[in-house]
Amino acid sequence: MAEVVSMPKLGFDMAEGKLVRWVKAEGETVQKGEVLAEIETDKATVEVEALVAGVVRKHLIPEDTSVPIGEPIAVIGTADETIELETLVSRAAWASAPQAPEMMVSPAAPAGPAKAAGEGEDGGLPGGVRASPLARRLAEENDLDLARISGSGPQGRVVMRDVQEALQVGGATPSEAPVYVPHEPRPTERIPLAKLRAAIGRRMTASKQQVPHFYVTAELDAAPVMSMRSQINGLLPEDHKLSVNDFIIKAAGLALRELPALNASLDGETIIRHGEVNLGVAVALDEGLITVVVHQADSKPLLAISEEVRVLAGRARSGKVRPDDIEGSTFTVSNLGMFAVDHFIAIINPPEAAILAVGSVRDAPVVEDGRVVPGKLMQVTLSADHRVTDGAQGARWLQIFRGYFENPVRLVMDELAGGAGREGL
Amino acid sequence: MPIITMREAISQALWEEMERDERVFILGEEVGVWGGTYAVTRGFYDHFGPERVRDTPIAEGTIVGAANGAAMAGLRPIAEMMTINFAFLAMDQIVNQAAKIHSMFGGQMTIPVVIRAVGGGGRQLGATHSHTPDVIFAHFPGLKVVSPGTPYDAKGLLKAAIRGDDPVLFIENATLYQAKGEVPIEDYIVPIGVSNIQRAGKDVTIVTYSKMLQVSLQAAELLAKEGIEAEVVDLRSLRPLDMQPVIRSFKKTNRAVIAEEGWRSYGIGAEVAVRVYEAALDYVDAPIRRVAQKEVPLPYNRHLEQLALPQVQDVVEAVKGVL
Repeated sequence: MAEVVSMPKLGFDMAEGKLVRWVKAEGETVQKGEVLAEIETDKATVEVEALVAGVVRKHLIPEDTSVPIGEPIAVIGTADETIELETLVSRAAWASAPQAPEMMVSPAAPAGPAKAAGEGEDGGLPGGVRASPLARRLAEENDLDLARISGSGPQGRVVMRDVQEALQVGGATPSEAPVYVPHEPRPTERIPLAKLRAAIGRRMTASKQQVPHFYVTAELDAAPVMSMRSQINGLLPEDHKLSVNDFIIKAAGLALRELPALNASLDGETIIRHGEVNLGVAVALDEGLITVVVHQADSKPLLAISEEVRVLAGRARSGKVRPDDIEGSTFTVSNLGMFAVDHFIAIINPPEAAILAVGSVRDAPVVEDGRVVPGKLMQVTLSADHRVTDGAQGARWLQIFRGYFENPVRLVMDELAGGAGREGL
Repeated sequence: MPIITMREAISQALWEEMERDERVFILGEEVGVWGGTYAVTRGFYDHFGPERVRDTPIAEGTIVGAANGAAMAGLRPIAEMMTINFAFLAMDQIVNQAAKIHSMFGGQMTIPVVIRAVGGGGRQLGATHSHTPDVIFAHFPGLKVVSPGTPYDAKGLLKAAIRGDDPVLFIENATLYQAKGEVPIEDYIVPIGVSNIQRAGKDVTIVTYSKMLQVSLQAAELLAKEGIEAEVVDLRSLRPLDMQPVIRSFKKTNRAVIAEEGWRSYGIGAEVAVRVYEAALDYVDAPIRRVAQKEVPLPYNRHLEQLALPQVQDVVEAVKGVL
């Protein structure tokens, strides 16, 4: 029985996805769980896996096409069954489909050179660009390369206003360099907002405007973690060493398990207290910020957390994250420690209720038994949603977090107890 | 200039043409003693007499057939279909006889027949009495199809139809009978086959006619409040179809919405859109959108009927969809 593959929803605010590459060509066999296509969402390029095994009978959209979520993108069936697309796919989905599909797909041709993608009824877009006829004419008249103009119309179609804007930018006269300046000033650039940049902007604006943030800052003694880390890392190979952030993730996970009030989301008039403690870890990429998720961080061993973050961050940096990598976080940790910052304040990542911003571990004088001695300090700032919680609870959470972080042996108690030590010490 | 209703404008055109030319006469169901189902010919029977205002049996084929025969014999008949839904019964006489006789007999005779018919939905008359089947008649070469959206055009176009030598189907929309507008006292005609810009604008072209002209003008008002200037083109006649003002407008706005009361499939919108694409492809900046009746037999239930008919908001949304 043939199955329709639809554009998956890979984020709570994802409205459409762009199919960037078909990994499996028409006529190719695909196993359940194999990568079928790569899809670019607001956040990242994600691999879409086949949910059923079979033969890719038809690509319903060409590469480089954006379609709304839920829109059919492919049909997987057996090699020889006759498929009636019309009945297979709901009318509603077709009504909004960009191209009407063939009514019938005849049985797949026997193995041989597969039909080139984009060939046939879907055709290629003229010049490989989706543009209105008017935009095409204007671009041609003005000797502009349409492929270099980003479209603001439906499905990214380049329309008249885009060409006009491009003309204005292109037609700007360069400023003259003053003689006393050795270099010409860098020309003003107009950089179209990348999808990820735009998504971050949208989400952060919504968060800062709609979520009443409050902030609680604490300075923690990082010496025990630094010493324990150096002991453990002495036993680990170069590319598997623990970072300070791994300790923070584990400590935050345990603190959230202990005080679940911050492991929450507001949904209208209801507070959802999440069962799982899934820690989002902010990863900086060239094109913006992405949050990868360590699921159930509270119950994973430190080494496992460390390895998982390394793998997830690696996938994020190579633009190959999977849906699971970026979905379902209930609390986020954002760490700028590597940039030598004392402290900073993060914006909550909705729909989460709180985020922890972590500064650098730095050498500082500390008072110990009435005497000033060299120590290691680290500042953290909790931003929390005042609709869900309040300052006292935020402070209470930081206190619990401090209890774990400053006594890092508690972070490995689970491991010592064979994973059974749910209540910690 | 006096402000009168569409009903009065049509009535005036008939009256004045009957006064002007004694070959003009009216025939149809209840047009005489009763004064017309929509009271358009009230008072005509007393003034012009039973010879020139003829009540007929309920037999639409016969009404148009008799009109065709009278026209061939030198008269200028105005046949009234009580509603356009009943014109289906006279289909052969309209599209096979009236539309073809002049061509098929080598131009030996003309058929100066005007068939007046009331159409449109929205009055809870049920699916069979609520058609807007204008496009069906506009399909046939040899028959002019006219459908005014203002009292001024109604009077001028009807006079042109009566004076012309071709068969004309003159489609009135019953919900427009109370529509008011300025109509001069002095004699004038509006030539058939000339589209008209009813409202100037620069952002989008709305192409429409008949009742949807009024709907589109209301939509244009709403859009203007949001800073969107719609140009509204009234086709006024579907055959001949004057595309020049539409193309000119489209080359300026690069975007169009076509609003009609009938169903979308195979409709006026389809015809107008493809003619725009043929004539002005290089000016197209967005796919043309069509506003039309939902593809169902028109429901009787008042709410469902209104949902199925194209409304002001539908036009507004379609316009936003092409901007």
